[in-house]
Amino acid sequence: MTAAIVVGAEMPLKRRLRRAERARQLRALGLVLPLFLFLLFTFVIPIAGMIWRSVDDWEVPQVLPHTVAALSDWNGQDLPSETAFAALAGDLQAARAAGTVAVAAKRLNYVVNGSRTVLTSTARNLKTAPEPGTAKATLIGLNPAWGERATWAAIKSASGPVTAYYLLGAVDLTRDVNGAIVATPEDQAIYRDVFARTFTIGFGVTALCLLLGFPVAYLLANLPTAQSNMLMIFVLLPFWTSLLVRTCAWIVILQGEGIVNGSLQWLGVIDEPLRLIYNRFGVYMAMTHVLLPFMILPLYSVMRSISPAYMRAAASLGAPPATAFLRIYLPQTIPGIGAGCLLVFILAIGYYITPALVGGAGDQMISAFIAFYTTETVNWGLASALGAVLLLSTLVLALVYGKLALGRQTTGGLKN
Amino acid sequence: MDGGMMATTQALVRFVGVQKTYDGEHLVVKSLDLDIRKGEFLTLLGPSGSGKTTTLMMLAGFEVPTHGEIFLGDRSIKNTPPHKRDIGMVFQNYALFPHLTIEENVAFPLTVRGVSKAEVKERVTAALQMIKLENVASRHPGQLSGGQQQRVALARALVFKPALVLMDEPLGALDKRLREHMQLEIKRLHETMGITVVYVTHDQGEALTMSDRIAVFNDGIVQQIDSPDALYERPVNSFVANFIGESNVLAGTVENIEQGFCRVALAAGGSVVATAVNVGGVGARTSLSVRPERVSLLTSDDGDVGFNRLPATLKDLIYVGDHTLAVLAAPGNNEFMVKLPAGAYSGLSEGQAVTIAFRPEDCRALDPV
Repeated sequence: MTAAIVVGAEMPLKRRLRRAERARQLRALGLVLPLFLFLLFTFVIPIAGMIWRSVDDWEVPQVLPHTVAALSDWNGQDLPSETAFAALAGDLQAARAAGTVAVAAKRLNYVVNGSRTVLTSTARNLKTAPEPGTAKATLIGLNPAWGERATWAAIKSASGPVTAYYLLGAVDLTRDVNGAIVATPEDQAIYRDVFARTFTIGFGVTALCLLLGFPVAYLLANLPTAQSNMLMIFVLLPFWTSLLVRTCAWIVILQGEGIVNGSLQWLGVIDEPLRLIYNRFGVYMAMTHVLLPFMILPLYSVMRSISPAYMRAAASLGAPPATAFLRIYLPQTIPGIGAGCLLVFILAIGYYITPALVGGAGDQMISAFIAFYTTETVNWGLASALGAVLLLSTLVLALVYGKLALGRQTTGGLKN
Repeated sequence: MDGGMMATTQALVRFVGVQKTYDGEHLVVKSLDLDIRKGEFLTLLGPSGSGKTTTLMMLAGFEVPTHGEIFLGDRSIKNTPPHKRDIGMVFQNYALFPHLTIEENVAFPLTVRGVSKAEVKERVTAALQMIKLENVASRHPGQLSGGQQQRVALARALVFKPALVLMDEPLGALDKRLREHMQLEIKRLHETMGITVVYVTHDQGEALTMSDRIAVFNDGIVQQIDSPDALYERPVNSFVANFIGESNVLAGTVENIEQGFCRVALAAGGSVVATAVNVGGVGARTSLSVRPERVSLLTSDDGDVGFNRLPATLKDLIYVGDHTLAVLAAPGNNEFMVKLPAGAYSGLSEGQAVTIAFRPEDCRALDPV
């Protein structure tokens, strides 16, 4: 009896609660929906598209469909069968008629240098379809490259629908004729160096920002409001100036006939102008300046929340200023340090304009290469693959930070 | 004021002619001569802005006196930085380090002094036992209730056995019941450990409950420094009389002064005899202070001879539980309060004409308000 009453009383209540909650949830959803859709179209879909392009392999299957089909059961040890040669001859003629030979030729040229010529000249010279059974001889006759296993291996490796070719290439790896993953020949291997350079500059700029930003943030958080607001304006001033203008200002300041060199020469400190720009020094200088507010602001907001009572308490308990700072103040600023460093580092490794303007040839970061492949050579696959590797390393970093931050919280909340 | 008369050998801390100004124009502490005796519980009591917290901060070393000297024992500590003063301090909002566990918080003053690990462990355990919080040793301050945090702050300020412990309104953030409990706990710790405590509060009840002596601050000056009962029973001026406990004020002119008593003609008519505490000569204006619980209500004209008697009209009776508060219209004071013991008000009704009576000893003529 009692149980029935309890159940009877409980059910409508639960239902009512759900209904009330549902209305609230729908309202909340309605509020976030515009941003969600915006992010979907401007962020999620482009990123997904980029990642897809880094593995998408559509050129060869589209231009040479019959060849791809004929090569599907090729063992890769000897030359393919007569059927494959016949299929290729047919595909090439069709492609020439449609004007799409260059598309496949460009893709194959990535794998084996010179494939472009092999394909285009063969297509051009193949006037009529070869007699049945003579396709192999005809093609080898037109270009001896068809008698080489590597040419066919290139077609097979590019026969899609997806490929790891670009991703491997982005980290200086490739497949040899037998399909095994090997290092890219030394004269073509550049991306590991570029990534290393990108991360080195990223770490360097982050460290400089922390070193310069920490005392400023401390001052901002501890000065009286009027003075702190004034100082804050100086910190934010660069924010309100265009990135390009700021970078160009550095060129004016640091160039051979610039203000710094001019002053030093006038003072007689140096005889020849110092090389301050179009090298690594200029990159560090300009990037640190541009990114400094991103370090100062999170640090400031965390330091603002640290009550001065903690330092007083530490002093009253017998800690000299340095000890109190290291053991009481600094540990409480770690969330700010973490957030600031993560922000600056992630922004720094994606920098493009500043290194392009104030750096030398050896100071270009990965973004410059991504831009080069998208705008100059239209190699979307490699550009996307480089972008994907950059995205992945950023994600790993963010995850590590999240783990560390969460770890701190967990020990802070649930250690016992 | 017996602070100045104390033998200097007994004084642990001496303020000599201390002044403090923040803006160079207005003195927050005007002139402070104060002795703090070894082992006593001294409370600095006063309204906000009276200079009591500034005094405490100068003692802790977070503020520097503009003028004068502060001695701890025999040496001047005017230029000693806070961390070398060996003075424990409990802050208003506890200031427990949020990134350290309770254990690490309490161990902090020991580890910065380079005490050996084994001894730190032992003393921290003892300190946590003292405040009955051994079971939360590995938690963080954020997981503790306000009262628990307050006790940890106490343990942390006591664990390094400082000569002096300062407390800056430490119970301000606690609710009433917990505050009363903590008052007794702090008192117990003071008595069992024999430490010297300087306690700042604006709550007079707290000051009366806990202190050996209370220094009443107003306007940058110590108005009176005395034991709680002396302060309550024998205030030296009208500020102290009104700040500590309830007080009825009557204004009048001194007619004559004789053997410590004076006859005062009330401005609104009638005259009373009062203890002359702080009066000018004959003809000077003065204000009289009478405690509500020292006044009786008479419905007839009987009662002891020698009492001051004034006619009054009963305006209101307020039931407060353990007593009843009668509000009367008396000559020159329309809000004259009388505390009646529980059950003693039967037969009284609002609008009734009564007589208020009090002894000359309970009526103190203080400076004009």
